[in-house]
Amino acid sequence: MFWRHFLHRDRMDREWRDEMESHIQILTDSFLAQGMTPLAARSAARKQAGNLTARREEIYRMNGIQWLDSISGDVRYALRGLRKQPSFTAVAVLTLALGIGANTAVFSVVNSVLLKPLSFPHAGELVDLGLVAPGAGGLIGSRGLRLSTSMYFTYAEQNRSFQSMGVWTSRAVTVTGLGEPEQVFARLVSDGLLQTLAVLPEIGRPLTATDQVTGANGTVLLSDGYWQRRFGGDRSVIGRKILIDAIPREIVGVMPAGFRIADTAADLILPLQLDRREATLSGFYLESIARLKQGVSIARANADIARLLPIWVRSWGSAPGGPAGDGGLAEKLFLSSWRIAPNIRPLRESVVGNVRSALWVVMGTLAMVMLIACANVANLLLVRVDGRQSELALRAALGADWTRIVRQLLVESLLLGAAGGVLGLGIAYGGLRLLVRNGPSNLPRLSEIGLDSHALAFSAIVSLVSSLFFGLLPVLRYARPGVSLTVRDSGRTMSHSRDRHRTRSTLVVVQVSLALVLLISAGLMIRTFQAMRGVRPGFERPDSLQTFRVVVPQPLVPKDEDATRIEQAIVSKVASLPGVTSVGFASALPMDDAPPNWDGILKEGQSYSQGNRPPMRLYVNVSPGLFGSLGTRLMAGRDFAWADMYAGRHFVMVSENLARELWGSAEVAVGKRVRAGDADVWREIAGVVEDVRYTGAQEAAPAIVYWPVFWQLHYAPVTIAARSVAFTVRTERAGTGALLNEIRQAVWSVNGALAVANPETMRETVGRSMARTSFTLVMLAIAGAMALLLGLVGIYGVIAYAVSQRTREIGIRLALGARPADVRQMFVRYGLRLCAMGITIGLGAAAALTHVMKSLLFGVAPMDPVTFAAVPLTLLVATLAASYLPARRVSAVDPVQCMKAE
Amino acid sequence: MMILRTLDRGPLHGYAIAKHIHDWSKGDLEVEDGSLYPALNRMLLKGWLKAEWGVTENNRKARFYRLTVAGKKQLETESTAFNKMVRSIQLVMRTS
Repeated sequence: MFWRHFLHRDRMDREWRDEMESHIQILTDSFLAQGMTPLAARSAARKQAGNLTARREEIYRMNGIQWLDSISGDVRYALRGLRKQPSFTAVAVLTLALGIGANTAVFSVVNSVLLKPLSFPHAGELVDLGLVAPGAGGLIGSRGLRLSTSMYFTYAEQNRSFQSMGVWTSRAVTVTGLGEPEQVFARLVSDGLLQTLAVLPEIGRPLTATDQVTGANGTVLLSDGYWQRRFGGDRSVIGRKILIDAIPREIVGVMPAGFRIADTAADLILPLQLDRREATLSGFYLESIARLKQGVSIARANADIARLLPIWVRSWGSAPGGPAGDGGLAEKLFLSSWRIAPNIRPLRESVVGNVRSALWVVMGTLAMVMLIACANVANLLLVRVDGRQSELALRAALGADWTRIVRQLLVESLLLGAAGGVLGLGIAYGGLRLLVRNGPSNLPRLSEIGLDSHALAFSAIVSLVSSLFFGLLPVLRYARPGVSLTVRDSGRTMSHSRDRHRTRSTLVVVQVSLALVLLISAGLMIRTFQAMRGVRPGFERPDSLQTFRVVVPQPLVPKDEDATRIEQAIVSKVASLPGVTSVGFASALPMDDAPPNWDGILKEGQSYSQGNRPPMRLYVNVSPGLFGSLGTRLMAGRDFAWADMYAGRHFVMVSENLARELWGSAEVAVGKRVRAGDADVWREIAGVVEDVRYTGAQEAAPAIVYWPVFWQLHYAPVTIAARSVAFTVRTERAGTGALLNEIRQAVWSVNGALAVANPETMRETVGRSMARTSFTLVMLAIAGAMALLLGLVGIYGVIAYAVSQRTREIGIRLALGARPADVRQMFVRYGLRLCAMGITIGLGAAAALTHVMKSLLFGVAPMDPVTFAAVPLTLLVATLAASYLPARRVSAVDPVQCMKAE
Repeated sequence: MMILRTLDRGPLHGYAIAKHIHDWSKGDLEVEDGSLYPALNRMLLKGWLKAEWGVTENNRKARFYRLTVAGKKQLETESTAFNKMVRSIQLVMRTS
């Protein structure tokens, strides 16, 4: 009722007017009937009716909502004012839009990546059952220790904390029988994994316990993407068989679109078929996911696993079917030496991994940019309100309450904030689209990033809070109760109140110091990037190095020696392609994220007592010629030879740092003998190669033992081949489609069932390993550039304003004989003084804050002297320019005109 | 209350209501006709009245006000309250 009256009150007002008009008509009629003249009747009627206009107003007000009315008046007034100064409005709105847009975009990223739950039912209950082993050295990466098969059985059967649990691992597999052989990414899952995630296939049936029995008929689940791509979404695929690694498997179901176990999507899901009889204590390669029981905390689950670890270590052997607990040695090794302990984390956290720090740094820097933007707008508003002082004074003199004036000013800044927020949302939307398309592919959950209600709410709050922030400054300056406003038009009194200027100067100082902090952060990242580019990674010219992976499956080529001979044949075929200078292959290439293999190595002539196990070294299998094609320098000795391998001669190669550590120098190491365990044969060191940064440009080169690609296992007298290998092709044609086609043909000419996977140039591999750094760098550089620009605009504004306000003073100075250059200098000095103050404060803040970035830096100290000197210098020079430009206007001042104007 | 009472007998337009009140009070209540309208608006807001456009006996366009159910109820409560008040005043006057 009430709202209807409010919304229709203009129409209702017209009705009242009509009604009152007719009231007068009727009255007039009755007076006419009494014999009055029309004129007299009309005026008598008016007299009796009274002041109808006043009544109408009364009714109008009665139907309205008082505060809403006056606010809408304020809004209209503010809009008119803003429209009248389009340049001020544009600058203010744009500044805010940039700030809000950047913040909203980054907030969306933070929200999607760090805050939003994973897209599984009750995802909060899901945990990753990782372990830590602080005593295991290099064996474990940043993700911690994974589970072994025996651990899975012990956990799954004896835990008291989980509703269900499962393990999984990934493998590239070759699919044949559907046109050209194709290598695709498969997840191998144990029983319980899909049940734990609580996701059912879209069509078909899930994997069951019977699929997991060793030797069961092969089954496979398709991902929605693979199903669409290879089968066009045909629902009749259920029951069809496809050849995976030369084994026929029946398609039993298709997973829903968007389903992924960890972060990256896989094409196929295969049963892992873990075998109890094959389970050993070690072999920590299984990722794990469990669903906590209702009310079980992570701490309790950790305690539960801590209880199970001794049970596990005493129940299983080191070799399949070996004595349980390995005669107590296993307990000593895993629990006393490695100190394996549970480290259960929410699944979300393990998916997000190490981007957390980078994202928070970026979020923090953009919050600073927002502060700078606010300071800038506040400065602009101060100027504006300054110009409107007499208007405000007049309003106050006419009886306007100070709250009324405050409200007027706040409404104006809220409008600016709202406009900036709306425009900022547009910027954020565009920025996010760009990010999702071009963002670092290793940013977890990238595909989930988008603007949602949280992001909208965030930008609304940022707009509101920032409007209040920059809106309150002018209010506090001018519209406080008791602040006397001067009606006199721009007082003749010369001296510009110092007090008023101080607010604006403070704002500029704050801006400069914030900008300095950001620029130093960006500078440190640039130095990090430089340092990373500058280190020799252990290989040469990554642009002219083409890589691809080939898997030779056991069912396709049962004999291991044949597998190696096939790989060798590929080498010679590819090497004969035009433009190719050298070819090699290895089980893992530098920085390619292949699952690493770590183990200890024993030096001949040194006794290793129990519990004094040798430290972990990276194991890589390399072909003869690999180092030649990579450009890795041979420091001493010689490369592997095909003939040695096939003849079963035992050679290894080592990295230079390992040679130095064990024997003092590369030359001495050649010819020395090592083995990987007490049961192993002695192997002679054929050669020593320079250090290679296998684990990433920003990580120190690990100590590496290079094994042949066809070698006798160190724990059993069995000679095996590396069946999943990455080839390196040195050619200027790297990265071209033509070369790839020729490579494919070459591989197929060796064996038609082999697929070429993951083709990329070494440059791309290196780029991927530096993605986090370059992402942080780009974000910080953008933030730094914005901060610099805004800071300079701030300085420019303050100086320009000071010049315009002090025209008279300048005129007098010039008239008294000051040279324009001196006066100009006065203003430039003023700008520089502000800048210097900002720099001093900023340097202090930066020194304190850059320590937070430590984990992102490489080869640069948080207090890098180059950055800490170059950035302030740049800022000073930029300030010089920003204050010189407005100061130049001094020359335009004509002293005569100035004096006359007085 | 007086307005509600005038409408108790049937719908009337503004002028007629004013005239009724004028006549009832025999000119004792000298109020401007216009002051009637804010009162009518208030009662419209409260939902006691409904207004419809119509034509007077002299062929003039006018809005006719009609009591709603809520208006009738209000009239009842108000007149009982008024009567009670008058009675108690009389009681006081008599006993003193």
